[in-house]
Amino acid sequence: MITLNRVTRIFESRDGDRITALEDVSLSIRDNEFVTLVGPSGCGKSTLLRIVAGLILPTAGTASIGGAAITEPRSETGIVFQAPTLLPWASVLDNVLFPLRMMHKMDSASTDKAAALLKLVGLQGFESKSPRELSGGMQQRVAICRALVHEPDILLMDEPFGALDALTREEMTMELLRIWGERPKTVLFVTHSITEAVVLADRVVVMSPRPGRIAEIIEVKSPRPRSFDNEASPEFHEATHRIRQLIFGQRHVGPGRAAA
Amino acid sequence: MSVQAAPQLEKPRKRPSAALYEVVVPLLATAAGFLVWEAICKAFNVPAYLVPAPSEILKDTLAIGPTVFGHSMATLKTVLLGFVVSIAISLPLAVLLTASPAIASALYPFLVWTQSIPKVALAPILVVVLGSNELPRVVITVLVAFFPLVISSATGLMSVPPELIELSRACKASKWSELWRIRLPYAIPFIFAGLKVAISLAVVGAVVAEFVNADAGLGFLIVTSTAFFKVPVAFGALIILSIMGVVLFQLVVIAERVFFPWSTGNAMAAS
Ligand SMILES: Nc1ncnc2c1ncn2[C@@H]1O[C@H](COP(=O)(O)OP(=O)(O)OP(=O)(O)O)[C@@H](O)[C@H]1O
Ligand SMILES: [Mg+2]
Repeated sequence: MITLNRVTRIFESRDGDRITALEDVSLSIRDNEFVTLVGPSGCGKSTLLRIVAGLILPTAGTASIGGAAITEPRSETGIVFQAPTLLPWASVLDNVLFPLRMMHKMDSASTDKAAALLKLVGLQGFESKSPRELSGGMQQRVAICRALVHEPDILLMDEPFGALDALTREEMTMELLRIWGERPKTVLFVTHSITEAVVLADRVVVMSPRPGRIAEIIEVKSPRPRSFDNEASPEFHEATHRIRQLIFGQRHVGPGRAAA
Repeated sequence: MSVQAAPQLEKPRKRPSAALYEVVVPLLATAAGFLVWEAICKAFNVPAYLVPAPSEILKDTLAIGPTVFGHSMATLKTVLLGFVVSIAISLPLAVLLTASPAIASALYPFLVWTQSIPKVALAPILVVVLGSNELPRVVITVLVAFFPLVISSATGLMSVPPELIELSRACKASKWSELWRIRLPYAIPFIFAGLKVAISLAVVGAVVAEFVNADAGLGFLIVTSTAFFKVPVAFGALIILSIMGVVLFQLVVIAERVFFPWSTGNAMAAS
């Protein structure tokens, strides 16, 4: 379980300005829960993700996983970024194996594990290809395999499909749901797409900027398995409508409802 | 539509002739240049002590062929030694410069200082200090050649996408494996861009050193033959120097293509 308790993060910029990226954020995420983060640019989504990843520390408050405070990156967490950032000199297979190499956890089963993951995302037969020979969507699939290869129990994704075209994006969203179905794990997923956030999530965390706060957490009641065809369903509509209201029409939201 | 389709079909067929454009055409152009040169010298009766015709250069240079070969080998040795030492100094230096801002600020003044002293003025002093042998020549060559290599290598080491550095931190990788598995490979296109500049500068540096302190080498040959008005031989030495520069440069290009084929596409971004 991931728990953030009154987390505040302040950045000091070079000219001495203090930017409050996150203020008083409390959130707890159950094991194997799928949580998406939406909110306007600069509201601290990436900052929150990086705190959970252990890449940066909170200025105040505590972040913990399973009761233990997060003080450094842990090896049971996988990360996917907006850009695939594959190693151009390594083959697809070696790119997937990269975290294991860096962690000195390579063994005889590693290659099979990586190949199985590539098969899972439909990239069977591309093992020895160079990343340059792959489309953007395929590269991002490789990056997802790379994040999964060390069998993390937590997967952090920062706008992983942000650089993809709308069609590939939908396809990848469904792909991710399928992977999550086959290999359940806790997922924290940042996106700018409200539809994407709702299709994926058990709960959508809506954030507001300056300072970065949680505006509301919305439970998505729409049953699984889901797809973009569900968009017309009342549960789906209710959730997207509420998120839009929170992001675009903040005046309608009474302060009493802003919950943590 | 069909008009557009035709040239598209032709494109793949043109590909084998890449070698034609890379090798044959430049060679033909060079040969044509020499022919024009020859023709002008003959037509206007230019005296050989001013600008000798290519045929005279060839004749006079070949006449002392073995000597010229010996001088060429001496220069080549200085160039290669200087180049290798430049690499041995520049790469660790680039790693140090990028390791911490404090080290960078401490080292930069020295680096800039080595670049601001005129090498031609330094050469005779180095001969006094280091003796009249290969050492001061290699030192001069290195001083002329290493700086661009340090700068481009350091730029390359810093060019790694921040996400990859975060990924490596998330994998709890040591600084050493971050350098070895991420930063250095990422810097390869930049390092080769620097190597291409360094090899060309190494030839310049070696000749400068030979002007001041040598009993052999093409720089020495130019100085002595012009002193005796053997201008065609001096021109011959000059041509050999330029060929040496081009060939060494191409060897670096080929080494990059052979050992780091993924790098050549990225080199555009690097340079
Ligand atoms: N390393 C840093 N140094 C200084 N300020 C930072 C740093 N990282 C983030 N910030 C600031 O913190 C705020 C939140 O940034 P963050 O990247 O978390 O936003 P975000 O919600 O991910 O935005 P986007 O949707 O555009 O990715 C921004 O105002 C940003 O300028
Ligand atoms: Mg972000």
